[in-house]
Amino acid sequence: MKRSFPLVFAFIVGFLVLLAEFIPHRPFSQLISTLENWFMIIAGFAILLGQISLIRVNSRIISNKEHDWQYHLAGMISFALMLIVGVLWGMREAPGILGKGEDIALWMGMKPFDYLFTYAYMPLSATVFSLLAFFIASAAYRAFIIRGFESNLLMITAVIVIIGRTSIGSMLTGWLPESWSFWHIPNLADFIMEYPNTAAQRAIMISAGLGIIGSSLRIILGIERSYLGGDK
Amino acid sequence: MTGFMNLLGIWLSALFTLSIFSFLYKDNPFYKFAEQVFVGLSAAYWLVNIIYSIMIPNLFSKLITDFSGNLILLIPAALGLMMLMRLHPATQWISRYPIAIMIGTTAGISMLRYMKSDILNQVTATMINPFAAETTGAVVGNLLLIIGTLCGVYFFYFSKKQEGIYAAPSKLGIWFLMISFGATFGYTVMARISLLIGRLEFLLGDWLHLI
Amino acid sequence: MKISAGLERRLIYSILFIAVALPLLIPIGWKTDISGYTQIAYDLVEHAPEGTIALISFDYDPSTMTEMQPMAEAQIEHAFKRNQRVIATALWPMGVQMAEEAFGKVLLDYPDKKYGVDYVNLGYKVGGMVTIQAMGRNLREVYPTDQGGTPYEDIPMLNEVRRLKDIGWISSLSSGTPGLKEWVMVARDAYGVPVTGGCTAISAPGFFPYVNEQRQLYGLLGGLKAASEYESLLGRIGSATTKMDAQSVAHMLILVFIAIGNVKVYVTRRRKAQ
Repeated sequence: MKRSFPLVFAFIVGFLVLLAEFIPHRPFSQLISTLENWFMIIAGFAILLGQISLIRVNSRIISNKEHDWQYHLAGMISFALMLIVGVLWGMREAPGILGKGEDIALWMGMKPFDYLFTYAYMPLSATVFSLLAFFIASAAYRAFIIRGFESNLLMITAVIVIIGRTSIGSMLTGWLPESWSFWHIPNLADFIMEYPNTAAQRAIMISAGLGIIGSSLRIILGIERSYLGGDK
Repeated sequence: MTGFMNLLGIWLSALFTLSIFSFLYKDNPFYKFAEQVFVGLSAAYWLVNIIYSIMIPNLFSKLITDFSGNLILLIPAALGLMMLMRLHPATQWISRYPIAIMIGTTAGISMLRYMKSDILNQVTATMINPFAAETTGAVVGNLLLIIGTLCGVYFFYFSKKQEGIYAAPSKLGIWFLMISFGATFGYTVMARISLLIGRLEFLLGDWLHLI
Repeated sequence: MKISAGLERRLIYSILFIAVALPLLIPIGWKTDISGYTQIAYDLVEHAPEGTIALISFDYDPSTMTEMQPMAEAQIEHAFKRNQRVIATALWPMGVQMAEEAFGKVLLDYPDKKYGVDYVNLGYKVGGMVTIQAMGRNLREVYPTDQGGTPYEDIPMLNEVRRLKDIGWISSLSSGTPGLKEWVMVARDAYGVPVTGGCTAISAPGFFPYVNEQRQLYGLLGGLKAASEYESLLGRIGSATTKMDAQSVAHMLILVFIAIGNVKVYVTRRRKAQ
């Protein structure tokens, strides 16, 4: 019952979705519409599950005073702060428990939740990902070495695209006559993206699509059961 | 007061930005602190958003304003609560029901959408008359498109060993894939550099007022 | 002189930092060509009739805002310029704030545009492809209220919109999943609504196959350069254009690093062979 009933549910729901595609009339259209709306609500609880799990993991680290527990405490404090101000005064146009927060927004320039988002979350998020620019420069120096024909092909394409997607590419070959416009670096880069790149990406898409159809069918038919978790 | 809070905010942003950048030298307490604050704020943002964007308008608000008319919403609410049972080992099995419903729905929709968009439409887009193009470059390009797609798909056929003459289209497919990876690398460089430019623009412009 | 790996790494970082900072401090003003993909995306909005209701989905977060935010501002401005009305939605939670910031900036030049009449922010919904499919059947069911809690029926511009087919064009500005791919699969291929969009440069190569004769995607804005091209088509120097000088210099620097790396390996191999 603990494993077989959920598999039956997955089959019924999956089969209904497939059937509704071919019979778009009542009652199937209504059933699917209801299912789609329920999906959003259940997904909301799934995210809530993730948050509670995060709190549990961090609480364990802090209470056991594990390695770097002070930083996890800082993380939990910032979590609590943002949650409290969000619940009390809401975000942007959405009101909180204490109303729309117009007074505090007047004092701070914006609601506390939006303030934390704009001046703490946004710079943190943007900067963490901007570190990758340095890593790619380092990788370009160390790892992008020509070894054989295929890596040559990769390198030449990369060079054309890197130059072609900048203003320098336009300037380097901008003097070429109209009859030679194919060799204008930005045009060459566009040609590579439009034809050989599209061909390869299309092949990947078709192959991956076939794989996804196969695995979706396995899930619906109950052959694939890994999403059920351990044997309990 | 608003002006002061705005200035404080910019300095706070600069502090966090430089803390993250300090990782480039080596791992340090400033980076670790900033990293954990990021995790905490991110989690709280998601939670607050879920409450205001989904839980209240799509569930609680409807139940409060018209309970008898929206009784059916008790079912997804119950399924959602069953999802939370995953937290305790003894009741973990209860969460399999809502998970199965979500997985089943996603599997059904994915199958249909990928079949149409990623297979049928892509195959149709490859079935073109290559010689109908206006320029020689486009004709050559269309031929490359057809050959590249066929050879690329052939490369991914692993059910039979590709030997001798049968390995030739596979080899051609690899070359097209290498061209694509080179193009992807070029675009990746563009993307990563853009992100750095954004941060430097903030530091030099909004914080130091040099630009 | 032998340089340690650690020092070499920091030297590379420092040079990159300077190479990106200098063009920001001393702008050069280089021009760029317009690519075909950007032109197609521009033409979709340009040729849509006045009064069209468009939907822009903000499917990204602050980590990619340098690339995506200029696209959002340019498309909203283009829609307002053509007297079109804009519905903002988000499949990523942070997209809601990104939408607010983009509207806030564009409305400085269009102060006559009214909330609820010319634009509306419906907010975030979880669910990706399933949610878009639900929007295709009944938009009000998915968004009973807007971001601020105003009921769907009380928003004037939404009286004409029951489902996705009532929308003139959709643009998804996405930096991952869920995002542009899901909008193409559901909104375009299932419901027939024209879809265009923007993405980070990393994902752009994977979306080009959708720009085909079936018009699964009406053009594509791939990265900061495409945002800069869109701004050029609108006839203004926006936040993307000002960054292109730094982008160009950094690209050349990366090529120099690749060249030096290869020369170094070649010299080392020759020494070992000798």
